[in-house]
Amino acid sequence: MGKTLSEKVWDEHVVRSAAGEPDLLFIDLHLIHEVTSPQAFDGLRLANRTVRRPDLTLATEDHNVPTVDWDKPIADPVSRTQVETLRKNAADFGVRLHPLGDVEQGIVHVVGPQLGLTQPGMTIVCGDSHTSTHGAFGAIAFGIGTSEVEHVLATQTLTQARPKTMAVTVNGSLPEGVTAKDLVLTLITHTGTGGGQGYIVEYRGQAIEELSMEGRMTVCNMSIEWGAKAGLIAPDQTTFDYIEGKPEAPKGADWDAAVAHWKTLRTDDDAVFDREIELDASTMSPFVTWGTNPGQGAPLGASVPSPDDFDEPNDKVATEKALQYMGLEAGTPLREVKVDTVFVGSCTNGRIEDLRLAASILEGRRVAADTRLLVVPGSVRVRLQAEAEGLDQVFLAAGAEWRGAGCSMCLGMNPDQLAPGERSASTSNRNFEGRQGKGGRTHLVSVPVAAATAVRGTLSSPADLQEV
Amino acid sequence: MDAFTTHTGVGVPLRRSNVDTDQIIPAVYLKRVTRTGFEDGLFAAWRNDPDFVLNDPTYATGSVLVAGPDFGTGSSREHAVWALQNHGFRVVISSRFADIFRGNSGKAGLLAAQVDEKVVQRLWDWLDDNPGGEITVDLESRTVRAGYGEDAVEDSFDIDDYTRWRLLQGLDDIGITLGHDDAITDFEATRPSWKPVTL
Repeated sequence: MGKTLSEKVWDEHVVRSAAGEPDLLFIDLHLIHEVTSPQAFDGLRLANRTVRRPDLTLATEDHNVPTVDWDKPIADPVSRTQVETLRKNAADFGVRLHPLGDVEQGIVHVVGPQLGLTQPGMTIVCGDSHTSTHGAFGAIAFGIGTSEVEHVLATQTLTQARPKTMAVTVNGSLPEGVTAKDLVLTLITHTGTGGGQGYIVEYRGQAIEELSMEGRMTVCNMSIEWGAKAGLIAPDQTTFDYIEGKPEAPKGADWDAAVAHWKTLRTDDDAVFDREIELDASTMSPFVTWGTNPGQGAPLGASVPSPDDFDEPNDKVATEKALQYMGLEAGTPLREVKVDTVFVGSCTNGRIEDLRLAASILEGRRVAADTRLLVVPGSVRVRLQAEAEGLDQVFLAAGAEWRGAGCSMCLGMNPDQLAPGERSASTSNRNFEGRQGKGGRTHLVSVPVAAATAVRGTLSSPADLQEV
Repeated sequence: MDAFTTHTGVGVPLRRSNVDTDQIIPAVYLKRVTRTGFEDGLFAAWRNDPDFVLNDPTYATGSVLVAGPDFGTGSSREHAVWALQNHGFRVVISSRFADIFRGNSGKAGLLAAQVDEKVVQRLWDWLDDNPGGEITVDLESRTVRAGYGEDAVEDSFDIDDYTRWRLLQGLDDIGITLGHDDAITDFEATRPSWKPVTL
């Protein structure tokens, strides 16, 4: 019997396996940020251990950093301490760091791919659940906790039980104006937040193959939102074209050897997945969430559901609690939901293609009078590229705020937060209670829906906008 | 890590599903650089509600949390495990745990005991009848038990063999792996030259 893509990549990284024990897996790239690493470095110091492979480790600052005044010291003393701790740890242990102010600084999952460090067939970990993003390149990539960060620092390996395999096949093509974000939000509502638990998922099929690398990263990024261990996509010419010429991509003969290997990273025809799901992309439409977990979503053209629409008692209670928190009435058309703040950014939708798409909709239009639009590039490189293309001028002319790189309003840890009761349409990945700030209410949306919502002030798609 | 064999403590019913790690501890509380002190952020938003279970003095010394399915979803923050431990919890019982939370619990010494959904419901009902009652969780025999006689709730729980063994022994994971240092070195020698490096 043949192997699936994830089994091939897994097997290439097994350092040791023994009956009744998890595999010991070698890690090709360990990404680090300020929030989940300080206690790990402390653990190394206490045990007199070193970082085994600083040459396979990269650190940047993203969760805590402000997106204005980034050339000044961080105002919040606790955030500043955490960032300064990372700087000290990187210096003490010889780890490469891209700090605030550096041209390569940004969200860790935007930085890895744009440097060319994220490549097919690798194992990539980070103390951040959205590490699944890197699976877009055909890598096994997943988030870990701080104890595991310490384990990787000390040994460059992890003990991991082999997950089951699942295929999500998305047939057909996405209709015009429907994006990778709509695709993955549709999938999560279909499976629920626990549907992927215990599985490494391979996304495949025509609609996946037709996605750009940015779109593939958006899909893989949200694998964790339906509970999957990791999500990945077989590398193809789109992948190779994206990587070629990036600063850390292989060069010359190394490039040829790498591509030759990457081309073998496909699921064999006779391989068997433990579970398969099929979806039809051609029936998909702009999709938004109405509740407080990413599985509580509906097409933009639908209405807010009622607890009575669900059979399971747990779903009824969860819906009732979600509507109460979100301040929504069952039966309200989603298009009539008024939004205070629109956030375009994050490791889900903060790459250059996302900003180009947002700008193409905002060009010649204005953000609604009592709506605020925050556009936050995922990295400094993305910011500079956008400015070189004049996208920042489009955003500013539309009345948006153009910010510096970081996680920003995705997680309510830095100054960019919602006020209690404030409602957002957000291109990020989580609509949990208080995720974007205490009492904040989040609707997860695609980039086109975010831009159109900013213009109309209610949840909208570009099709709802008047011609300019 | 301290060894875990058996624990008996006050059971706390948390009647919610999908308790994500942003609820267990919001991001704004993650800024410490230590492993202690995170109890101030535990369920921070819900604690504003006077009716929230942890605001009930009956459960002040609670150490066994009984929660609905999909506990610990979302962010990989191990701070969620530390916050529960810093508050005094030794065990979380649920019918389904998110993978990363389960892994973090095993590493940090918090027992994530997975039971059938019906067992969660029976424990909730039992705690309704016996507020402040104690639940015993025995890792050796993989059983949970509350009460005695006719009304007792007793059932088995799931945990993978390796994590159980490590918890019973209180073993340091890194120490075990460093015992395989030769295997890691041998593996490193086989890596292709075109694999990327950061330095």
